[in-house]
Amino acid sequence: MKKASALPAGVVFGKPVNLRHLPWLIIVILSVILAELPRTVFPRWVQKYPTGWRLSLADWISAFMHWLTVDAHLGPLTVSGFTRALSFLLDLPLQLASMVLATGVLKGQGSEAVMLFPPVPWFALIIAIAALSWTLRGWRLAVGMTIGFLYLAVFGQWTSAMVTLASVLVAALLSAAGGLALGLLCVRSATFGRLLSPLLDVAQTMPVFAYLLPMLILFGFGPVSAMIATVIYAIPPMVRVTVVAIQGVPDELRSLGSMTGCTRRQMTWRILLPTALPGLMVGVNQVIMLSLNVVIIASMIGAGGLGWDVLGALRRLDIGGGLEAGLAITVLAVMLDRFAQALVPDARRSGPSGSRSHHRVIAGALALAGLLWIAAALWPAIAHYPESARLSTGPFWNDLVSWINIHFHDPLDVIKTFMLLHVLMPVKRFMLALPWPWVVTVVTLAGLWMGGIRLALTVGLMCGFMAVVGLWQPAMITLYLCGVSVVIAMLLGVPVGVIATQRPWLMKSVEVFIDTLQTLPAFVYLIPIVMLFRVGDFTAMIGIVLYAIAPAIRYTAHGISHVPESLIEAGTMTGCTRGQILRRIRLPHALPDMLLGLNQTILLALSMLVITALVGTRDLGQVTYAALSKADVGQGVVAGLCVAFIGMISDRFIRQAIRQPGS
Amino acid sequence: MIRNLLCISLLGGLCLMGRSAIAAPESHDPIKITLNDWTGELITAHIMGDILKKAGYNIDYVPADYLAQFSGMENGDLTVAPEVWATTAQEALQAAVKTGKVEDLGSSGMQAREEWWFPEYMKEKCPGLPNWEALKKCGEVFSTPETDPKGRYLGGPSTWGGHDEERIEALDLPFEVVHAGTDAALFAELKSAYERKAPIILWIYTPHWVPIKYKGEFVEFPRYEPGCYEDPGWGINKDAKYDCGKPYGPIWKAVWSGMKDKWPGAYAIIKNYKFDNKTMGELDARVDLNGEKVEDVAQDWVNKHEDVWKAWLSK
Repeated sequence: MKKASALPAGVVFGKPVNLRHLPWLIIVILSVILAELPRTVFPRWVQKYPTGWRLSLADWISAFMHWLTVDAHLGPLTVSGFTRALSFLLDLPLQLASMVLATGVLKGQGSEAVMLFPPVPWFALIIAIAALSWTLRGWRLAVGMTIGFLYLAVFGQWTSAMVTLASVLVAALLSAAGGLALGLLCVRSATFGRLLSPLLDVAQTMPVFAYLLPMLILFGFGPVSAMIATVIYAIPPMVRVTVVAIQGVPDELRSLGSMTGCTRRQMTWRILLPTALPGLMVGVNQVIMLSLNVVIIASMIGAGGLGWDVLGALRRLDIGGGLEAGLAITVLAVMLDRFAQALVPDARRSGPSGSRSHHRVIAGALALAGLLWIAAALWPAIAHYPESARLSTGPFWNDLVSWINIHFHDPLDVIKTFMLLHVLMPVKRFMLALPWPWVVTVVTLAGLWMGGIRLALTVGLMCGFMAVVGLWQPAMITLYLCGVSVVIAMLLGVPVGVIATQRPWLMKSVEVFIDTLQTLPAFVYLIPIVMLFRVGDFTAMIGIVLYAIAPAIRYTAHGISHVPESLIEAGTMTGCTRGQILRRIRLPHALPDMLLGLNQTILLALSMLVITALVGTRDLGQVTYAALSKADVGQGVVAGLCVAFIGMISDRFIRQAIRQPGS
Repeated sequence: MIRNLLCISLLGGLCLMGRSAIAAPESHDPIKITLNDWTGELITAHIMGDILKKAGYNIDYVPADYLAQFSGMENGDLTVAPEVWATTAQEALQAAVKTGKVEDLGSSGMQAREEWWFPEYMKEKCPGLPNWEALKKCGEVFSTPETDPKGRYLGGPSTWGGHDEERIEALDLPFEVVHAGTDAALFAELKSAYERKAPIILWIYTPHWVPIKYKGEFVEFPRYEPGCYEDPGWGINKDAKYDCGKPYGPIWKAVWSGMKDKWPGAYAIIKNYKFDNKTMGELDARVDLNGEKVEDVAQDWVNKHEDVWKAWLSK
């Protein structure tokens, strides 16, 4: 992901159409003609991929999974015996975390269990964390953390939140450490990196539902499976960020290391990792955000906690209750992220740590927390936040949604109808009318044009795969739904990103907004949207746009604000107006970043498909979900692969476009 | 005299039963009961759990997805799925039973009913309801821009099956099916329409709180008989199947097949467990409409109906 920062200004925008664009134009025109022709013109096999040619890959995968889980052996051990042993090992840190935070020390199991020692009571945890935060980063962080935890206690989310915190904490630690290790391996061995890269792509884009069943079979039903699913989903960005950060360590430092006679281990631990630390923390941030993203799905396979509360509340149509539990997930995400970032020593702003009196304060606070914990063990009554002092804004939100529904339904309906009739439905019809051999050909040709034979083969095969396994139609619906949503997300996100960079105060609130959107479980806002817009593609589209808009804004803002000052000065000196600087200098310069943003927007849109399947779309997300309901392992995996391939095709094209600026 | 003695010893026995267990449990490992995400199931799970506890067994509740729970039971990670609806999970249950690791313990006595349902205010706009033939003239009443001029029928998640497309075809109804992806979405739409008194017709099932909270009725289709789904010649349309309403279906109980050997007593209790729709509807309403806690409602029922569940133990 090298940025083409040497891009000469003004090459991309405002360029007259030249002959190089002609092939694209022809393709577009031909596509329109092909889509508009009556279907009977084509032979049958062109209209619809014949069932007889279908590859029964799904059945093979199901059969393979059956063999793997029942008959396969690793030496004397069956594979499932091995995975069960692994799951037992992974359960240990999880049990420890939940012992401290949620369940306490128990003797026995189930309803016969007796609590020997309670979990940390809320006030003790707040005191301890506040004191730690204060030493790390000063009173601001301490106050923030206290408010966050108080929210959990006051709104009655404490118990569930601690269950979720325990599992997310362990999953995030595993993902961060595992991602770091894999990333280091990738740097050391290029071959390993090449082998791992497609796996990471698949892990990042394949809907979790697709591998939920095999996971349950191999690792058993419960928090461990949920944790492994979380790790699979959250680890790819950590690996990628590690590779970039380590490779970004200046060569001078490396040669310094070898000159002073560092061993390989010393080189890694003393030079590479500390230098790359700020970069690595970006990965940690992603890991935390993604881990909290799958809380809902994890709760469906035995993780419980806040995700379960959200689902339960929404099934009762208790929108306020769902929102409060959902916001608790957001609060956890923000607190975890800030605390993790604070653990890294910051050269610019050192906290008040170091002096002896501070050490004394910390020791005192921790001792106090410990004493309070023991007190809670002796008098269990004080350990819980009193129920009478709880707050709930639930009724307010329920009433608000009803009020909007009653008073604004009609104007909203007009917007929806317009979008449906003039945008969504025509695009859908167009996509479904395109003959599949044509689409595969165009994708392959585009690959050939942009990147040569290797790219052409990769994308062509991936595209053909969808037809061969018999999922062409849902794949096209996926493409249409995600395509329209991504375009809208970019149309909204880029201007917001551009405007926000000009005004720092606006940037702050925009950041809060997109952080919330990304960590609040989508289901929480989808249900009110269903109430306003009914079940259907429009609702799904709004959900996808809301979730996927964040990178569009973030990357644009990043690109625009990182244009070298010298270029802007040069522009000002030559008498450019502000608008001209924006159009001629800032935007072209930010283009590579914006393309990366587009890439991320597409990936997020695809990962949202699983959730929109829950409000009735008919795309690949629905196929994976339906496969789960029929316990059809193969079909789920195949449909999941199709989603992953759509993501990878667009990813390859965009990367190629970044590599060749101007095309 | 002997009779008196017997009586006394029996009474004494009963006292003992009340205090601890009927018989020592065969294993102290926790029996894992799944908690799905609708209230009725939660109530059933807690009632079963409370009874098993009184019988001396160790209980653990595990939150689990309705459909994912089957693979959990196949592994023995989960023990009891208290409510498996014929109407929604028949296929999943059959697939699980086929593996030999899950056992169907028969009907819980509750009957699931599911059918096209409309709010009461729609009777004015479409006279003749609840008779299904009224729908033939009401397509426009229920139409939306996407389906115009046909009516929009909001079906359940496509995973629920239900043959609504075929039903519309066979009965020649001017309707189009739109599938909700989850029942949360289904009821969200109902709530929205009900607040605005807007037209809606959708898939509803009982026992559930919705028909208790919202006033409305099920459409009366020609009554289901097995022949209707198998033989095109059956019913009004001689050339098509599905020219009738949806089947009523039992709600089953399913368990991990190892339960029989590990906890035979508990196995028998689950097998004997019987309930009825009306009671469940009332308990449901106490939780969803009056805001009582599931645990309290279940406990309350168990405390008040000792005679009922004691009978399940002895068998």
